[in-house]
Amino acid sequence: MAIEHFIAAFLCEFVKLLTGVRALWRGSLPEDRRRIYFANHRSHCDFVLIWAALPSPLRRRTRPVAGADYWLTSALRRYIINRLFRGVLVDRSAGRAQGNPVDLMGAALSAGDSLIIFPEGTRNLGDDLLPFKSGLYHLAKAHPEAELLPVWIENLGRVMPKGALLPVPLLCSLTFGAALTLADGESKDGFLQRARDALLALAPPAD
Amino acid sequence: MTLNETLRVVFGGIFAFLAIASIIGALLKFRLAPNAPHDAIDNLNARIKAWWAMILLIGGAVWIGRGGIIALFAFISLQSLREFISLTHTRRGDHRALLWSFFFFLPVQYWLIAINWYGLFSIFIPVYAFLLLPISASLGSDTTRFLERAAKVQWGLMICVYCLSHVPALLTLEIAGYEGRNALLIVFLILTTQSSDVFQYVWGKLIGKRKISVAISPSKTLEGLVGGVLTSTAVGAALWWITPFAPWQAGLIALTINIMGFFGGFVLSAIKRDRGVKDWGAMIEGHGGMLDRVDSISFSAPVFFHLVRYWWVA
Repeated sequence: MAIEHFIAAFLCEFVKLLTGVRALWRGSLPEDRRRIYFANHRSHCDFVLIWAALPSPLRRRTRPVAGADYWLTSALRRYIINRLFRGVLVDRSAGRAQGNPVDLMGAALSAGDSLIIFPEGTRNLGDDLLPFKSGLYHLAKAHPEAELLPVWIENLGRVMPKGALLPVPLLCSLTFGAALTLADGESKDGFLQRARDALLALAPPAD
Repeated sequence: MTLNETLRVVFGGIFAFLAIASIIGALLKFRLAPNAPHDAIDNLNARIKAWWAMILLIGGAVWIGRGGIIALFAFISLQSLREFISLTHTRRGDHRALLWSFFFFLPVQYWLIAINWYGLFSIFIPVYAFLLLPISASLGSDTTRFLERAAKVQWGLMICVYCLSHVPALLTLEIAGYEGRNALLIVFLILTTQSSDVFQYVWGKLIGKRKISVAISPSKTLEGLVGGVLTSTAVGAALWWITPFAPWQAGLIALTINIMGFFGGFVLSAIKRDRGVKDWGAMIEGHGGMLDRVDSISFSAPVFFHLVRYWWVA
């Protein structure tokens, strides 16, 4: 495990150098609590950025949720997601050979870890936010002890847009918002809308 | 005096000045707010600390020589361009144009200084980047706000790369009787422009009343502007002995670059306000980003370069 720690730390430093990432904590603090970080999704490196921006004790207990269809397709990707980042892999296909995603994520929370998830479900190529998938709601319902923390990732999608071969060294920032929990009797759609609004509120003004 | 002796005197003077400033800053902190945070004093001390770092960097580059100075300004351009493009709106179709800007136009502009090719240096970004980048962006097949996007990328390159590269380009000027001393022109330009920023800040804090434009910069006052520009014009005139200029010429040139420097900060503030931010970045504690620090030099360097080139280069 030692070598994986070393490689992961090196990767984090590299990502920080390339993106000059700044973490802005607005309404929450980097505390060791069980949390579900949910963020906008523009690039495959999104979770690395959040992971790298967390203080290292928190980082060790935070696992990204990633799509099995992408990350299990080569030995290198398998190594990166399983060994370096201890990712929770979920099957996004209709068949669900790997089990129910909410159960898999819930198991990680029950084991005391925090999660990084992208409730849009796929990388978003537009400027806006896609509607959220319902997994966030089911997870919040099954794990009321976990805090949901919105994280707005700014610029990473411009550093390395989908299909690009080389990154542009732009500066990225992460804005962590105030924690959300599911209210008593709140409907699924109402909660997902509230979570999406909380994330959008962290975005810089559109020009 | 030889170049090295002159540099020792100049940098010795700056170090002494900064040492006194550091002591005053520490005393103020000790007397007024020993254990509690104090916005104004902490900001002052952060600025002084950043000044130490910047002067040591510039001193180190001058000590290394031509390569060091070119590398330092190439890095400053890179960081400024990152900050500029990060805050301006571009779209996916601009990705290729941005790659060209960062990995081709920026390094080649500085390489042209290194090989002393003035003819291409002076038109490379205004002509070639200006024509080639929109071609590259048009291949992205996205017409949304096309003119605006192309203009933003070109502006970023002009301000952050083209204008700033005129600082190390001072090394390429051949001035009769001043051979081998061109690094002192850079020291003159930076000291004058940056001291103007400092004195505007100081005069503004002391007697500033009439705001120049609340919409653009709430802290810039007419009193600060006049006091700062005049004080640092005096600094520039007093530095005549490190330049090829007579004292009155040094004063006039300092006045010109200070006024340009002021408007550099003013124009870039207007862009920042439009984007709803206070600073370009957070790289230098107390100063915001790199571009916050070099905005005035970006506007003063090309004018200074051409004044010297027109009147002093045979």
